[in-house]
Amino acid sequence: MSGAISSYGTRHLQALFGALGRLSRAPLATLLTLLVIGVALALPAGLALVVNNLRLATGDLSNAVDFSVHFKLGTPIERVEQIAKNARERPGISSVKVTTAEQALAEFKEASGFGDALTALKDNPLPHHLTVRPAQDASGPAEVESLRRYFAAFPEVEIVQLDLDWVRRLHSLLDVLKRALWVIMAVLGLGVLAVIGNTIRLEIQHRRAEIEVTKLVGGSNAFVRRPFLYTGLFYGLGGAGLAALILLGGMAYLDPSVRELSAQYGGSYRMVGLNTEGAGILAGVGAALGWLGALISTGRHLRRIEPRA
Amino acid sequence: MIVFENVAKRYPNGREALAGVSFNIQPGEFVFLTGRSGAGKSSVLKLIALLERPTRGTVTVGGQNTGKLRSGRIPAYRRAIGVVFQDHKLLLDRPIYDNVALPLVVAGTPLREIDRRVRAALDQVGLLGRERSAPTELSVGEQQRVGIARAVISKPQLLIADEPTGNLDPGLAIEVMKVFKRFQEVGVTVVIASHDPHLVEQFGQREIVLDSGRVAADNLHASAASRMTAVAPKLADLPNINIDLRT
Repeated sequence: MSGAISSYGTRHLQALFGALGRLSRAPLATLLTLLVIGVALALPAGLALVVNNLRLATGDLSNAVDFSVHFKLGTPIERVEQIAKNARERPGISSVKVTTAEQALAEFKEASGFGDALTALKDNPLPHHLTVRPAQDASGPAEVESLRRYFAAFPEVEIVQLDLDWVRRLHSLLDVLKRALWVIMAVLGLGVLAVIGNTIRLEIQHRRAEIEVTKLVGGSNAFVRRPFLYTGLFYGLGGAGLAALILLGGMAYLDPSVRELSAQYGGSYRMVGLNTEGAGILAGVGAALGWLGALISTGRHLRRIEPRA
Repeated sequence: MIVFENVAKRYPNGREALAGVSFNIQPGEFVFLTGRSGAGKSSVLKLIALLERPTRGTVTVGGQNTGKLRSGRIPAYRRAIGVVFQDHKLLLDRPIYDNVALPLVVAGTPLREIDRRVRAALDQVGLLGRERSAPTELSVGEQQRVGIARAVISKPQLLIADEPTGNLDPGLAIEVMKVFKRFQEVGVTVVIASHDPHLVEQFGQREIVLDSGRVAADNLHASAASRMTAVAPKLADLPNINIDLRT
C-alpha cells in the first residue's frame, strides 16, 4: 500500500519537475505567456482593489441611505428616547442617533453662521429628531420604505425625511457596478482560460510523437495528461505572481497622488494594497484557471492522439 | 497465448487487409508472420497490440478477448506486450536511458528499480554504457536494439515485432534476430512479421504465411521442434542474458 502511494507520488513529482523543466527550457515563450496571463489577472484584481479603496475612503457608503425622523414640537425627550430604544432592537436598523432640540440648535448656529441672529429667538423652533441608519443588508428601497412607514406611524412624529428616489438610484448604480465587475472578471477569466488552453494545445501538437509512443507502451490518458495539468497550474500561479507584482507597482505609483488628494480634503487616506488574503485569492484563482484551461485543452486534444504502427 | 478466429479487418478506406484469418500461437513459441507486402502481416500485429480492432471475428491474447476490452483497460493491456517497430519509434530528443525506461515510468516503477532494469536491458542488447547518448548518435542497428530493449524491459510475456530487420544489413539482421531468439528461449512468446525468406529459413521456426489477407500456409511442426530445442538448452545457452525475465 505504502509502495503504491510512494509510486503515485513519484509519478506526480516526475510530472511536476518535467513540466517545470520544459517551461524553463523556453524562458522567453514562458515569460510572454505569463505576462499575458498576469495582465489578464491584474485587470480585475486591480479593479477590485480600486473598489475596495473607494469603499474604505467613503466609509462604505454606509451613510448614503440615512434618514431623519422629526418629532412634533413639545414631544418629551423621554418619549423620543423610548422610540429610539425600541427602534434599535428592530432588525434592519444599524443605528439610531437621538439629537435633542437644543443640540440641533447649537449645531445649526455653528454650521449656518447665523449664530447672533438665532440668539435673538425667544423659543427654540427646532424639534428633537432621530438619525436612522438602516443595516447594510436592509438598505434597499423596499426595506427603507418599510422603516419609513414604521416611524411615520407614531403620532408624535411630524415627518420622516427620506429621499426614496435617491435610494433607488444609488442601488441601481451599485447594481450596475457590481454586474460590470462580474462581467469584466468573467471575460478576463475566459481570456486566461483561452490563453492557457491554446498554449497547452500547441504543446500537445509539439509533443505528438512523444504522446503516441507513451500510449504505445501503455501510458494511460491520466499519465499523459498529468504534465500538461502541471504546466497549466504553473502558468496560472506564475501569472498570478506577475499580476501581484503589477498591482504592487501600480499601487506604489498611485499612493502619493491619492495621499495628496486626501490631504487637500483634510484627510490622511493611504491606499490599501494587496493583503495576504487577497494575494492568496489571486494565487488560488490563477492556479484554478490554469489547471482548468489545461484540463479542457487536454480533454479535447489528447483523446484524438492514438498510437499508430 | 494468441488465438485468431476467423478474423477480418477492413480499413475505413475500404481496403480489406484480413479476410477470415485463424491461427493459434502457444505460449513460448517463436513464430514468423511472412508474406508479400500488403499480405496482412502488420494488420495481424496491430490487432494483437490493440492498435486496431477487428471488423469481424475474435482475437484472444493471454485469454483476453481484445474485442471486449474496455478503453480504460487498454493501457494495462499494452504494458503487458512488448512491441518493436521497423522505424523504432524512439523519442529523438531524449537520451537512450529515457527511451528504454519509458514503459517502466508509465507503469510507476520505483526509480531505483528502473535504473537497475534499464542497465540490464541495455546490457542485454549490447548497449550498456550508451545510456546518455541521443538516438541520433546511434547507427540504425543500434537504434533497433534500443527499441528491443524498450520492448522487453517490462518483462512481457509476449514480444511482437514488425519487420525489425527491414533496415538492417544481413549480418546485423541475424544479430538482432538472435536477441529475439534469446528471449524466446527463456519463455517469452515471440511473433515477428518479416518478408525476408532467407532470414526465416535460417532460423527454422514456425512460419505463418499470409497471402491477400488469408493464411496460405502454417508449418506447425517447425514450431514444436523449435520449442523442444528451446527448452533443453535454456540455461546452458544463455550466458549473455543478465536479466531474469520471469521475476
